[in-house]
Amino acid sequence: MLKIDNLAAQVEDKVILRGLNLDVKAGEVHAIMGPNGAGKSTLGHVLAGRAGYEVTGGSADFDGQSLFDLEPEERAQAGLFLAFQYPVEIPGVSNMEFLKASVDAVRASRGQEALSSMDFIKLAREKCQAVDLPQDFLKRGVNEGFSGGEKKRNELLQMMLLEPKLCILDETDSGLDIDALQVVANGVNALRSPDRAMIVVTHYQRLLDYIVPDYVHVLAKGKIVKSGGRELALELEKQGYGWIDEEVA
Amino acid sequence: MAVVSMQAQNAHQQLQAATDWNWLSNWRALGWERFSNTPWPTRKTEDWKYTPLRSLTNTDWQLAAPSGDAQGVDFDDWSRMTLTLVDGQLVDHDALPEGVSVRLLSKADAQTRGDFEQRLSRTLAGERQLFNVFNQAMLTEAVWIEIAPGTVLDKPLHLNQVISSAATERVIPVRVLVDVGDRAEATLVETFSNDASGAVFINPVTELQLAANARLRHYHLLLEEGDVRHLGSVHASLGGYANLDSFHMALGGTLKRKDLVVEHNGSGAELTLNGVYLPRGQEHIDYHTTLEHCVPHCTSSEVFRGIVADRAKAVFNGRIHIHKDAQKTLAELSNKNLLTSHQAEVDTKPELEIYADDVKCAHGATVAQRDDSALFYFLARGIRREEAEVMLNFAFINELLDGLADAPVRDLLQPLLRERFAQGAALEPLA
Repeated sequence: MLKIDNLAAQVEDKVILRGLNLDVKAGEVHAIMGPNGAGKSTLGHVLAGRAGYEVTGGSADFDGQSLFDLEPEERAQAGLFLAFQYPVEIPGVSNMEFLKASVDAVRASRGQEALSSMDFIKLAREKCQAVDLPQDFLKRGVNEGFSGGEKKRNELLQMMLLEPKLCILDETDSGLDIDALQVVANGVNALRSPDRAMIVVTHYQRLLDYIVPDYVHVLAKGKIVKSGGRELALELEKQGYGWIDEEVA
Repeated sequence: MAVVSMQAQNAHQQLQAATDWNWLSNWRALGWERFSNTPWPTRKTEDWKYTPLRSLTNTDWQLAAPSGDAQGVDFDDWSRMTLTLVDGQLVDHDALPEGVSVRLLSKADAQTRGDFEQRLSRTLAGERQLFNVFNQAMLTEAVWIEIAPGTVLDKPLHLNQVISSAATERVIPVRVLVDVGDRAEATLVETFSNDASGAVFINPVTELQLAANARLRHYHLLLEEGDVRHLGSVHASLGGYANLDSFHMALGGTLKRKDLVVEHNGSGAELTLNGVYLPRGQEHIDYHTTLEHCVPHCTSSEVFRGIVADRAKAVFNGRIHIHKDAQKTLAELSNKNLLTSHQAEVDTKPELEIYADDVKCAHGATVAQRDDSALFYFLARGIRREEAEVMLNFAFINELLDGLADAPVRDLLQPLLRERFAQGAALEPLA
């Protein structure tokens, strides 16, 4: 589904990714772990196409298309979804309006008709319940005044409505207490399917107790320096990231 | 003096000839004297630097004769007390609730004349702003609303000022006086609208007087479209612990200039002053606001936002004047603008004058760049860039409208806002 080959990227002249390789197939869940400053969040933003994150080398193939040839909105329409570490607050646009515009855009790109307002409201309320968000969150401004946990659940709500092929979860566990973590993890697990792939970016192995990955990769100094199964995460938990640095150096 | 004064002088003289009320005649004459002695603003006049008055001087303005017919803004059931003024003449009003009185300058009996004389002499004493003295010189009608002490109104008062299509090339000066008594609470909605027609020059002055502990929620909405010049002002005086929440909106028209002056005259008074302006095409909108903190322990919070499109121009001048005795003042002013075209222009200027040493005062004026992180959030959800930008521009203003306490006002204004952003965006309201 996603094949990243020798990816190099920089942010404002600062080189962050230096030859990153990753192969993610449909149905798989990959965890990407690593110390602060390794380039974890940069990877998510580069894949989603954020302005200012410049690809300087390598390629990424997403379902047969060259990802970096697509505009950010085209990537989302093609089924790539980045769940943000820090979702933006947008007062003045209701969550409902935002969600409808988003779902309409993605449906239009698939050649599907826009949902009627009635159908959409019904669907949105249903999904709200699934992520344990009260329905009045649909009327509030996008993420406006939401707690950390509510923002993450709102990301999950969007993911459920958009039904993406590839979900990239950027530090979804940050700022969550254990109950909220469980709600979010359950939601993510419910979305696991043979047609869908996930990349879970996290600093801590804690999240992986709830979202159990098929593969774990260690990202350090802009590259995947080690890959393994679930046991690699446990090893990192025990030993920290120090030994990785030594190994890379 | 420019051409406008020649035509205006004729109008003023006709007006003077038609009245038998000596005091009023003298009062207007004083206004005329001040108007004609004020140099006509040029680019070098600080207060008018960014707002040229060319569009006023190329028309042969006549005073409006009562003739037109127009509906204006209708809030249905919300306001059961609507006063409708067509072309500056009161044509209709609903029954008044207990504790509210309305008197008209044009229909004043001997007793009321005496009261008006006192009221008009008291206010704006020394006020020389050009279009206030013009209003004084040309005054044909004043509507005086008094809310008795202790009266709490559960329905808003709606002052529905509308310009008919018969008012082409007319000048329409109206004065509105609103006195809110001690401990009284009310909502006042002033709407200005027009039936599309030829050139018109509206010159309204509103004076709000809040006694101690009075509370007023106030809307002053300039919704006229087309070839309209609206030059006017709102003056408010707040007594001790009075609370004024005043919201302003301007869109449409050739030229709109509004001077807002709020005086804190009693300790503990609180002011919220918010507004939005949305000029497009070649429209020009100018808000000049002045907060006079004359006494200690008062607060002011002021937020104005504008979106300037096409070749339109906006001017915002926010002055805060904290007098020597006004210790413990808290005052905040924010003005943010968004330009959506390279030819759009905004001139924004905060002015702080602080003569007390124990105050908290903050101001900021920015011409905002679009928020890139918000834009990326939209894109990352598949929303097209153009649509995302429209929604973000909408949000920038809608944020202030969302905060309005009265749903019927939101319901009036939000569609106007949506209509401005309608192209290409899915902005139909969702429940």
